[in-house]
Amino acid sequence: MIRGLAMPRGRRRPPDGFRLLTGLVALAAPISLVLIVVLLAQQGAPAIWHYGLGFLTSRAWNPVSLDFGALAFIFGTLATSLIALALALPVGVGVALFLAEPSAGRLRGAIGIGVELLAAIPSVVYGLWAFYVMAPFVLIHVEQPIVARFGSVGILSGPARETSLFTASLVLSVMILPTLAAVSRDVIRAVPGGLRESSVALGATWWETTWGVILPAARQGIFGATVLALGRALGETIAVTMVIGNRPEIPTSLFAPAYTLASVIANEFTEATGQLYSSALIELGLVLMLVTLTVNVLAQLLVRSTTREARA
Amino acid sequence: MNRNLYRQASNGLARVFVYGTALVALIPLGLVLAYTVLKGLPSVEHVEFFINSFRPIGIPGGGVAHAVAGTVIMVGIASLLAVPVGILGGVYLVEYGRGRGGDLIRLAGDVLVGAPSIAIGLFAYALLVAPFHHFSGISAAVALAVLMLPVVIRTTEGAIELIPGSLREAGLALGLARWRVALQLIVPAAAPGIVTGALLAVARAAGETAPLLFTAFGNQILNLDPSKPMAALPLLVFNYARQPYPQAQQQAWGAALVLVVLVLITNLTSRFVFRRQIALAGKL
Repeated sequence: MIRGLAMPRGRRRPPDGFRLLTGLVALAAPISLVLIVVLLAQQGAPAIWHYGLGFLTSRAWNPVSLDFGALAFIFGTLATSLIALALALPVGVGVALFLAEPSAGRLRGAIGIGVELLAAIPSVVYGLWAFYVMAPFVLIHVEQPIVARFGSVGILSGPARETSLFTASLVLSVMILPTLAAVSRDVIRAVPGGLRESSVALGATWWETTWGVILPAARQGIFGATVLALGRALGETIAVTMVIGNRPEIPTSLFAPAYTLASVIANEFTEATGQLYSSALIELGLVLMLVTLTVNVLAQLLVRSTTREARA
Repeated sequence: MNRNLYRQASNGLARVFVYGTALVALIPLGLVLAYTVLKGLPSVEHVEFFINSFRPIGIPGGGVAHAVAGTVIMVGIASLLAVPVGILGGVYLVEYGRGRGGDLIRLAGDVLVGAPSIAIGLFAYALLVAPFHHFSGISAAVALAVLMLPVVIRTTEGAIELIPGSLREAGLALGLARWRVALQLIVPAAAPGIVTGALLAVARAAGETAPLLFTAFGNQILNLDPSKPMAALPLLVFNYARQPYPQAQQQAWGAALVLVVLVLITNLTSRFVFRRQIALAGKL
């Protein structure tokens, strides 16, 4: 009898046109991602064939002799991003701890909005401010005193400059702070409340609970947030371009000018003459894209696994 | 006893430190906003600043009308491209995206959000500038649309997930087709949240400079034709800020102020709209 209620053989569900349509449209995101990589590889092909793998390990950057290498820019990109991360991480996690507190105060809400607005300010405005306000201040009140006292140490040697690796890292640390704080906050909030309560019930202080229970439980997610912020830092262009000093060399001092992958593209691409020059710049873009892609996928997997565990 | 004292002291110190970081985080925000307002106000005070276009250095009365027009047109085209696609994509993720395919699209979206904007600019250059041998507003709009798309997809998904399942079940129980339930019941109920996402995406796109460098390129005259090179506010700030002339730098601060005000208003509006969404979803 029940069998009689089943669908007659051969009558399938009608094809779901809506599913097909929205599915195709949703593919726009992965397709753009693939297309970006493919087009950059295609446009960068002349340089890729001409310089081979040596492109990645060469320090040269000479548009006149068409002698190009990515090493100085890869160094600058990694150095600014890692320094920025080191500066922003303690503050970011502190803000996240503050924002994730169970009690919701008015001050907390205001600071939460403030941190989000920090993310909303355009990169070029940060660059403008950093170039005209922050860099001169940092030169006189931070860089010069350090050089005067510790100048004999190689990486702190002078002469100090307004536009330098250090200045760029400093702006960058402000710009990645919101990502770090917002993602860490979500991860810390995802720590099961029972853990916190048990710890407090055992007589632990707020700090003992935070340091001994909450942070270890959120460790993987905070690492994910850090990697995510690293991805943002690697690709940041305009603000860094305005304060890094734009010199295609590997600097020996923190206070010397440097260059990043994104900045050299921003500065030189529209003025690049000849196919090899512009395709070398596009190859730099491809390197940047592939690195950030890897970093971002890694970060997403890390953050996802923590928040999913919490939900389950 | 001594040990407890130590524990309380370290607890107090740690609390001060953690709360202190929250304040430290707000210092740059305050400084950037304060300087932009202080240095930008003298430019913005004059009405000509919003009416006139570029004037050569030395001739007073230069303005940013061409850049405002360019930004509005390019972000407008980018929104027309990205918002409908993003909404349908978000609907797919909620309605059908439970499996691996959905996860893949989510991951692609989240990764695309983090893609360097300069690489997206190069992509638009390769796609729409190099083949036609000239810069254009359209190519910039496409680059901005790629930046906006993942934001719209994910916020649409988030907004729809707030809608209680009973609404969908009620629609399906009445015999409505799935697309009708999605587009005529769920999407309207989630409208405020979707608008929030669109506004956030617009704010992000309006402030981007890097993707415009080799697509829109910039223009000194007022140009309303998106098939030609166009000026844009962030591009103008970037270019003027690097000039040695105080007059140009002054205008850069003015344009930065206009940009910040636009972006902050959009952002705060979206926050307000989102609050309505939460209230609405609670009532359903």
